[in-house]
Amino acid sequence: MKPEKEVMQAPMSHPENQPFWDAAAEGKFIIRKCAACGRVHWYPRAICPFCFSDRTEWVRASGRGTIYSYSVMRRADEPYAIAYVTLEEGPTMLTNIVDCDFDALKIGQRVQLVFEVSEKGAPVPMFTPYEA
Amino acid sequence: MTINGKAYIVGAFEHPTRKAPDKSVAHLHAEVAKGALKDAGLTKSDVDGYFCAGDAPGLGPLSMVDYLNLKVRHLDSTDTGGSSYIVHVAHAAEAIALGKCSIALITLAGRPRSEGMQTGIAPREGNPAIPDVEWESPFRPTTVNMYAMCAMRHMHEFGTTSEQLAWIKVAASHHAQHNPNAMLPKVVTVEEVVNSPVVSDPLHRLDCCVISDGGGALIVAKPEIARSLKRPRVKILGAGEAIKGQSGGDVDLTFSAGAWSGPVAFAEAGVKPADIKYASIYDSFTITVLMQIEDLGFCGKGDGGKFVSDGNLISGVGKLPFNTDGGGLCNNHPANRGGMTKVIEAVRQLRGEAHPAVQVKNCDIALAQGTGGRLGSRHGSATLILGRE
Repeated sequence: MKPEKEVMQAPMSHPENQPFWDAAAEGKFIIRKCAACGRVHWYPRAICPFCFSDRTEWVRASGRGTIYSYSVMRRADEPYAIAYVTLEEGPTMLTNIVDCDFDALKIGQRVQLVFEVSEKGAPVPMFTPYEA
Repeated sequence: MTINGKAYIVGAFEHPTRKAPDKSVAHLHAEVAKGALKDAGLTKSDVDGYFCAGDAPGLGPLSMVDYLNLKVRHLDSTDTGGSSYIVHVAHAAEAIALGKCSIALITLAGRPRSEGMQTGIAPREGNPAIPDVEWESPFRPTTVNMYAMCAMRHMHEFGTTSEQLAWIKVAASHHAQHNPNAMLPKVVTVEEVVNSPVVSDPLHRLDCCVISDGGGALIVAKPEIARSLKRPRVKILGAGEAIKGQSGGDVDLTFSAGAWSGPVAFAEAGVKPADIKYASIYDSFTITVLMQIEDLGFCGKGDGGKFVSDGNLISGVGKLPFNTDGGGLCNNHPANRGGMTKVIEAVRQLRGEAHPAVQVKNCDIALAQGTGGRLGSRHGSATLILGRE
């Protein structure tokens, strides 16, 4: 069900996020954790959004999570599913659910990460349902 | 320090147009400014404060102040999307209370309909400097799907149904039938709403507001000036403003920032939800109304579906008459920003100048509530409580 007509916009990266896209190019999904307060956040920031410490670092994430909410956009050339996925590590991120039957999607469903290629070739973190 | 009783809305004007292909946005701003001043019984040279948001062409207020040829001593171009103009009323009252200005003009205008804008379904290019754009634009968020995810979660947590959401549109349509300017004046049924095409699950076409050209303006003035004018006086009693986002990843789509701006406004006004006789509630989508009604305390969290059902929002029928002009769902949504028209209809109700078929009896306290931006990612909320004097 991956949209083929509409090519996804490539993300426009900021310098402090380059490690994320470099890791993504190697198929690795990393997220940002604060060494001061110990919390993981999304989207990634240099300064922790919880305690304002600058001791944040990249950590590898499992790539597994559950659907917090979703919506299938029907008024598009090719319908697509936007979603919030809550990662095993805690934070909830905006993403797309791909390679699935949109009519079978459910809140609470388990999903795992797949990197989908955007227009300029950068892999973008999306998710697909899986059976545990 | 409070704004309660420190300022009055003395002029209000809603542009009658819903499609203006032959007028510029600046021209529309000027027309609504002229209309609101005439309504108040004031002139352009009386204005010493000017407020506008992102719909105003140019850098902040610079171009519009120059175009209108105003000479002002106080300015504010706070932009919280569609809720901006409700914020502006509060900020104008604050400025007046501090003596920074005496007569404030607030304008809104736009023409997304003439420009063929696909307001709800088209992903918008974000400025790459915006920190969230990098992490969201690839997933094609649009206005509709970012509200739809709130509706989906609300249904999941509280059992809210599409039929309950449909009642909000039905109530708006009952009001719109009396508004000769309304884009959609036909009364619709729950069945018609839930049978209209799905735009983004679970929101149907008739869960979405209209796309219209037009605009509106307000004049806020100090008490001495309000008392010198001939129009019924609408006193500002209290206001609140808030912004809610993704909270570093602690996303909770079940409530809006109205849960934060509402209590502040009620406390300042010294009134309770039960005291509100009429409520303008921003209706970008039906779900927007339902969540704000809960968040303002008109019913408990999760009970919104039951509360809005069976005509409870219809004037003369239910307990909480809302959007008696037909709202964004049926009347208009100028510049894709509905906060201005929310205040204007509340002013009409307090003045006793709403259409007789929808005028709330003994309307002494009214509320205008708005959100702006996208409910599902980051949005501003503004709550304004007004009283008849």
